[in-house]
Amino acid sequence: MNAIVTVVGKDKVGIIAAVCALLAENNVNILDISQTILQGSFTMVMAVDVEKAKVPVGDLRDLLEELGRKMEISIRIQREEIFDAMHRI
Amino acid sequence: MLNQKDILSTIEMIDQQHLDIRTITMGISLLSCCDPDPKRACEKIYEKITRYAEKLVKTGEDIEREFGIPIVNKRISVTPMALVAGASETEDYVPFALALDRAAHTCGVNFIGGYSALVQKGMTNADEKLIRSIPEALARTELVCSSINVGSTKAGINMDAVALMGRIIKDTAKATEAQDGLGCAKLVVFCNAVEDNPFMAGAFHGVGEAEKVINVGVSGPGVVHHALQAVKGQPFDVVAETVKKTAFRVTRMGQLVAQEASRRLDTPFGIVDLSLAPTPAIGDSVARILEEMGLETCGTHGTTAALALLNDAVKKGGVMASSSVGGLSGAFIPVSEDEGMIAAARQGTLCLDKLEAMTCVCSVGLDMIAVPGDTPAETISAIIADEAAIGMVNCKTTAVRLLPAPGKKVGDTIEMGGLLGSAPVMPVHPESSADFIARGGRIPAPMHSLKN
Repeated sequence: MNAIVTVVGKDKVGIIAAVCALLAENNVNILDISQTILQGSFTMVMAVDVEKAKVPVGDLRDLLEELGRKMEISIRIQREEIFDAMHRI
Repeated sequence: MLNQKDILSTIEMIDQQHLDIRTITMGISLLSCCDPDPKRACEKIYEKITRYAEKLVKTGEDIEREFGIPIVNKRISVTPMALVAGASETEDYVPFALALDRAAHTCGVNFIGGYSALVQKGMTNADEKLIRSIPEALARTELVCSSINVGSTKAGINMDAVALMGRIIKDTAKATEAQDGLGCAKLVVFCNAVEDNPFMAGAFHGVGEAEKVINVGVSGPGVVHHALQAVKGQPFDVVAETVKKTAFRVTRMGQLVAQEASRRLDTPFGIVDLSLAPTPAIGDSVARILEEMGLETCGTHGTTAALALLNDAVKKGGVMASSSVGGLSGAFIPVSEDEGMIAAARQGTLCLDKLEAMTCVCSVGLDMIAVPGDTPAETISAIIADEAAIGMVNCKTTAVRLLPAPGKKVGDTIEMGGLLGSAPVMPVHPESSADFIARGGRIPAPMHSLKN
């Protein structure tokens, strides 16, 4: 089961490291990363595999949100199906 | 790999354009709860609802967390209560409403619909008992919603029921006077009511439905408004295409959530209702979509045409996105629940007559409209009759949900809070319709009802 992690906010040192570390701690495998600066804002989209994650997606969401609050950026995780449904026929 | 732009556009829709699932509604048949002993019937009703819907709220919250899509409401609809209560030997139907209210509180849902009767051709004793109990039932419960179907294209309009409902609406307002007649916000009078509507206050679980079912209502006026901002000044063909594409995306999300909820709750998937349901929040308004098409204020000339295009394009876009579309599906125009409608009504551009015209082309009818507290019952009945006539002749669902707030006059505002919003009191015609309503009887079904 795949999920999409999105990180949006002001660029600073260590965003990718912190997010990847948290995902690794929870046994979430990163499949793909794309990162850009959009209109001055750091924007990262990651496809991750949560099949073998230590905690359910709902709990991962809480952990990522907490990290986001600490780093003053927006981090979220959503199951991939929602994007597939909306953008693929 | 998904396109980064698509992913970010979805997130922007949720974050900034109020994209959400408006409701997951579980329909439950209560026909098995009929019992000659009313007390026993109420026990069965409570037990069945709380058993079937035990995990409804939790499941909705789980899906919300995993998919990152807000699911605003979790609700229950049940078999029209007159059909269930009719089996009991009692004159007092209020305990049935109390049982529904208790069950709704236990399940944690925010509304339960189905304190209803279908009287389009005539009233049974049970139907009449239920209708007469509505003012007390709505005053003594918090989460119960009531709906009465007084007409249909096949049966015509039951004018005795229309006359009665005018008085019942007035009595309901009086019974909930301390809350500005809030009870009337939970009471809707239909023509051509649908059996699988997930939206309140009109949801009930039709007798043609299965034992239990999951229906989902999507929303998204803000998303449509945002999409139209990108095609300013372009021809209506482009406007219609843009609305269709947006409605498709929104409905696909609804379909996904509906299937997921159906699977997790082990309950058959019923329909997705692809409605544009506004909220009082800024940026979540149907009126502002109409204005985006080039109208200075909603309610001015051109509004009906704009709404017709919107309503049709929403259906066309949504219908391919879901395996089963139903409910009311279209654009809602509830005045108090739409920031743009409130502004247009306050300004005087949007009046009751224009709203009536708009209901010919929108998904339902005159919805959440505050009228003066001293509006005669016959005038309310006449408004219902007009609206039912539009539904009957045009083979569409129409409805009336009026709020005659006690003591309020034109220019006053009634505040209901939350999703129900606030409503400026709108004028009604002062000339009497009393003799018209006093006739009673039935307005026959139109010629085109004879299709067989």
